Amino acid sequence: MNSRFPNRILPYVLLSPSIVVVIVFLIIPTAQSIYTSFFRVSPFGDRRFFVGFENFSRLFESSAYLHSLIITLIFAALVVFIGLSLGTVIAVLLNQKLRGLSFYRTFFIWTYAISPAIAGTIWALMFNPSSGPIVYIIRSITGIGINWMTDRTIALVVVVIAASWKMLGYNIIFYLAGLQAIPEELLESASIDGASSVKKFFRITLPLLSPTTFFLLIMNMLYAFFDVFGLIDIMTKGGPGNATELLVYKLYRDGFLAMNTGFASAQSVVLFVFVAILTILQFKYTERKVFYG
Amino acid sequence: MKKKNAKKLLVYLVLTAMAIVVMFPIYYAFSTSTLTAAESYSYPPRFLPGWNIIENYVTAWQTINMGRLMLNSGFSALVVATGKICFSILAAFAFTYFGNFRGKFFFFGLILITHMLPLPVRILPTYELMKNFGWINTYYALTIPFFASATGTLLFRQLFMTVPTSLSDAARIDGAGPMRFLFSILLPLSKTNMGALFLIEFNFIWNEYLWPLIITTTNDMRVVQIGIKMLLASEAQAAEWNVIMAGTITAMIVPLIMLLIFQKTFMSGFSLKEDK
Repeated sequence: MNSRFPNRILPYVLLSPSIVVVIVFLIIPTAQSIYTSFFRVSPFGDRRFFVGFENFSRLFESSAYLHSLIITLIFAALVVFIGLSLGTVIAVLLNQKLRGLSFYRTFFIWTYAISPAIAGTIWALMFNPSSGPIVYIIRSITGIGINWMTDRTIALVVVVIAASWKMLGYNIIFYLAGLQAIPEELLESASIDGASSVKKFFRITLPLLSPTTFFLLIMNMLYAFFDVFGLIDIMTKGGPGNATELLVYKLYRDGFLAMNTGFASAQSVVLFVFVAILTILQFKYTERKVFYG
Repeated sequence: MKKKNAKKLLVYLVLTAMAIVVMFPIYYAFSTSTLTAAESYSYPPRFLPGWNIIENYVTAWQTINMGRLMLNSGFSALVVATGKICFSILAAFAFTYFGNFRGKFFFFGLILITHMLPLPVRILPTYELMKNFGWINTYYALTIPFFASATGTLLFRQLFMTVPTSLSDAARIDGAGPMRFLFSILLPLSKTNMGALFLIEFNFIWNEYLWPLIITTTNDMRVVQIGIKMLLASEAQAAEWNVIMAGTITAMIVPLIMLLIFQKTFMSGFSLKEDK
């Protein structure tokens, strides 16, 4: 324990700026979200009727919402899987003791600086149905012209690629940091014992990286659920049809475009339950109870 | 030895191939931003840069009033990053140097809970709150709601806990008050962490999309990310990719330069966090 300064009032003064912001802009609005989810609000917001759990039962009877939920889970699973597997492999390669790798390192973390909206714009160009380079390459090889603006599956694949690409820099940064913590003697002695690189990777590196992997799993899940809003809004607006209408986009549509306040609040509450579960898992299983935002 | 060299070569080859795949979209976006409109949607696509670069960047800049948007994004990001650092240092100091004051764990929990409350779970009431405050289309709305930081508080708390107690003992014996100790001992020790946090938070606000989308409606108060959407909308008929990409490259350049300049601080800030 640190040595203390004897002062009864000062700690509260020091805490007050953060606490005021948290209460006013985070705690109270969340409580209101939960409260409103039990009401039906008239479109102009002037009248509200208590309806109990009706918003929630409507939510889980709505095929559009269930579709959105399933799409989001598939999307998140793919983004997490691609992001973590590519992130590990590239970081381990970058961590080799070879000349010139710091130059490569600089390039691989670039996408950290790119926003989801910008990633969306760039990948819309790459897959642009008439002259996008990837569409061109696929057509040259297979003779098939793909159009992500009309094909539901391709649309989902393209947003997954764009979203995973954007997160790659972040994942590599944290895997590189995690690799620094692995003692070199361990890998060296394994080499002396004749272990192959592949074996060392699976038996030593991967298990020792598991705290980083777990942390990144949570961060990538949160990203896939919440931060990709800009990417979806720029690329597909949830389309074609509702093929890429992720939960966060549906919430925005119902709350701000359709002004369906009670229904949207219920969606907020479902998202809250989801984040709460993730956060509790993280607290329980992370040794060093640290978050990196 | 031969085997070892072959392995080295393989690492370089795999990394080069992956770097090309990962960097290609950025290269192609830049390359497109230098073409004329006709070149930008020619088929087969053009993979080499052209000569129309200045015209495209000027058009993009003027179409969405980019100067103003950059100013708004830059100002908000600077204010939020600074605010978060100040608020979280003060909070972290309170949690580490004043023993178990009443309510300590409650307040600690309260700050940590911000992690559980991303914008979408409270979006409608927060928007209503901004309306009631009269903060729509103001810098207040773009900055103040973001000032609390669980990440920052934990980061500085961890750092402060590793500072040897002899330092604060010595300070107390010399008759230095807590604030003096904070400013002359702890702050100089926190530079690396401040740098890393500044980059994270600047980047976070510069790249934020949903909040400015709902909280700003006038062209004067829009931010860079929304500018991209505006550019896409204004070019929708002809899809002038060259101009859209000029705007996109302009929008990513500030965080990218910051990342490249502060890369060292940034990475060591992270590994520092992992170590302790």
